[in-house]
Amino acid sequence: MSSLHIDKHEKRWITISIALLAAFAVLIGVAGFALGVQVPTLDQKIDPTKLDQDPVWSNPGVRELVPGKKYEVYLIAQTWQFVPREIVVPAGAKVTFYVTSRDIQHGFKVLNTDLNVQVIPGYVGKLSYTFDEPGEYKFICTEYCGLGHAAMFGVIKVVPPEEYGK
Amino acid sequence: MANEYTLTRAEKRFIGWHIFVAVAALAIGSFFGPMQAFNYAGWNFYPQLKKLHIAQSYYQGLTLHGVLNAVVWTTFFILGFLTFNMIYGLKRPLKYPKLNAFGFWMMVVGLLLAAFYILANQASVLYTFYPPMKAPWPFYLGLVLLVVGSWIEGYGFYFTLHQWKKDNPGVRTPFIAFASVATMVLWQLATLGVAIEALFMLLPWSAGLVKGIDIQLARTFFWWFGHPLVYFWLLPAYISWYGYLPRQAGGKLFSDTMARLAFWLFILLSVPVGFHHQFVDPGVAPGWKYIHALLTLSVVIPSLMTLFTVVASLEYAGRQRGGKGLMGWLAALPWDDPIVASQLLAGILFIFGGFGGIVNASYNTNLILHNTAWVPGHFHLTVSTAVTLTFMGISFWLVPYLTGRELCCRKAALVQVYLWFIGMAIFSQAMHSLGLLGAPRRTPLGEAPYIPPEWSGLLLRVGIGGIILLVAVYMYIWIMAHTAFFAKKAAKEVEIQVAEAMTDVQAVPEWLDAWKPWLVGAVALLVIAYTPVLIDLISGMMPVAGPNIKLW
Ligand code: HEM
Ligand SMILES: [Cu+2]
Ligand SMILES: [Cu+2]
Repeated sequence: MSSLHIDKHEKRWITISIALLAAFAVLIGVAGFALGVQVPTLDQKIDPTKLDQDPVWSNPGVRELVPGKKYEVYLIAQTWQFVPREIVVPAGAKVTFYVTSRDIQHGFKVLNTDLNVQVIPGYVGKLSYTFDEPGEYKFICTEYCGLGHAAMFGVIKVVPPEEYGK
Repeated sequence: MANEYTLTRAEKRFIGWHIFVAVAALAIGSFFGPMQAFNYAGWNFYPQLKKLHIAQSYYQGLTLHGVLNAVVWTTFFILGFLTFNMIYGLKRPLKYPKLNAFGFWMMVVGLLLAAFYILANQASVLYTFYPPMKAPWPFYLGLVLLVVGSWIEGYGFYFTLHQWKKDNPGVRTPFIAFASVATMVLWQLATLGVAIEALFMLLPWSAGLVKGIDIQLARTFFWWFGHPLVYFWLLPAYISWYGYLPRQAGGKLFSDTMARLAFWLFILLSVPVGFHHQFVDPGVAPGWKYIHALLTLSVVIPSLMTLFTVVASLEYAGRQRGGKGLMGWLAALPWDDPIVASQLLAGILFIFGGFGGIVNASYNTNLILHNTAWVPGHFHLTVSTAVTLTFMGISFWLVPYLTGRELCCRKAALVQVYLWFIGMAIFSQAMHSLGLLGAPRRTPLGEAPYIPPEWSGLLLRVGIGGIILLVAVYMYIWIMAHTAFFAKKAAKEVEIQVAEAMTDVQAVPEWLDAWKPWLVGAVALLVIAYTPVLIDLISGMMPVAGPNIKLW
């Protein structure tokens, strides 16, 4: 049986590529699991035809948990709109989004942030963000959902904490 | 030098049918690419296309674009090219030509069935057909036939190789035949996922036999298929870069051994990685997503090995041609030969595609770009350039070989490949930038109400790329039509330029020519990477019926 012959330059090259791979693995692992730049997770599964009977989902929108500090947003994507379309939260607060679909797949992406989730009927995605800067952040449907897809968007109004609720 | 083996007329015709279907699909499918790009730039032709009954909507056009280009052009071209490699590489006919013909016609029937529903605007569900958007059940049946037909052609290859091995004990399989079978094996592993999705979920649900299906589960089966699909497109291009390009450029293959090792690593590493398309899916746990991210990034190794071997082979070729110094060999390559230039240009843009791919695969960086215009920006460098431009280069010798005519208009072919390169570079750069700003994909951005004015410069550049590509793609179609049917009959058969290796092929270790250990390894990795998540999803299914109305 003949053994594997590798050119010496190529050996060096492969070593470099393995080192590169290890570096990537560590960097994204640290960013994700130590620094908290995390992907969305599952909150729960829910029958999309029963959202209206659910105490929480029949009334989507913002919930204040700790004033100025902690908020929840329940958001429904459906053809071809987000419910609600407008969300107001204070700057500097941690906002956790719960997103699900009433019908087919949609996408939820907030411009200029790393908020991004595939909206899957039957599943509630959970993701968090702290908006440090006041301003308007558009969110857009990023998955094809039929003829009205291109018009499907909403806006998050981030206001200075002292103006919130006024 | 005469060819060492000649295909029969029937074999040439059989391969020719594959290429014909592929190019016809490209001719129709690629019309919509520039239309999409024009829509971005604010030049919207969809009202006219609707009036002319060409496409009812942007989305019907996009479905045609995705299916005809990414599925039909690629799959048919690949099977045609691989059939050639099998016969010419092994220097023997297929063992059961009728079996392969049966597989081919099954693919054609499947294609016609699916195409009927798309053209009737009954299945404008895009080429990923995500449920619970629902197409009529024969559409899914068409897809199943297409896939099963391709399996059958693959089985034909396995039988042929098996017979050859029996007749040539101890001889290493010639690279182009080995790599062709490897590509079909990868395809077999990949398509299992989508076959399960279609047969057990989409078909019964769409036919009304079951009420609902779990959408997260369907996506998971789809992406088990979706990522290795891209390697099914790429590996045939690699066959050309390893197995033909070195000789076409005037040199030899640097290392036959490393070429084979790279192919095995691709088989191992390209299947158990589907979650990198599902980083933002709620139903898959972060730990598993991270594991798939690591497996995906491991593809860096065979990819950089390929880069090394191909560049080393080209350097040798360049020096043989008199190129001197650190970079002189590069300039000495035949940049004025459309067959070589197409592949060199394909390779250059592919390097950028590779960089982008690392960003896509890197778990949390994916948050920025998932489902944005970055993604089509990325794969127009890979499948639509690295693969497509290489296939164009292959067709410049393969089609004349098959038809016995000369490549019509060599100069036009040369201009065409450079135009493709320039057009895609402009188009793709703008798409990547738009994606980073958050522009969604699969969206007629020219009509979206939320577009900030700052994006308009980039949208315009997408349109400009589209103009150049519109010219390039129809130049190609024209060249192909002429070469196939009208060009001058050639005096002698096209010389087939299979590259010789610098190393002795018999020195390839035996374990690199043995199938079993690698297949066992690939299946084991697949099982490890998917079983826990599949068990979790199946045991907690949340079936959804979906709206029973047409949404497009
Ligand atoms: C002729 C030049 C081409 C142009 C100008 C072009 C343009 C485009 C554009 C603008 C999109 C994005 C549409 C959207 O997301 O809204 C797109 C999508 C796509 N293109 Fe192309 N394209 C071309 C050729 C090709 C080729 C040759 C292939 C494959 C071999 C291809 C495969 C795809 C695929 C798979 C999609 C995604 C479809 C989807 O999201 O459902 N394109 N193309
Ligand atoms: Cu949408
Ligand atoms: Cu992938």
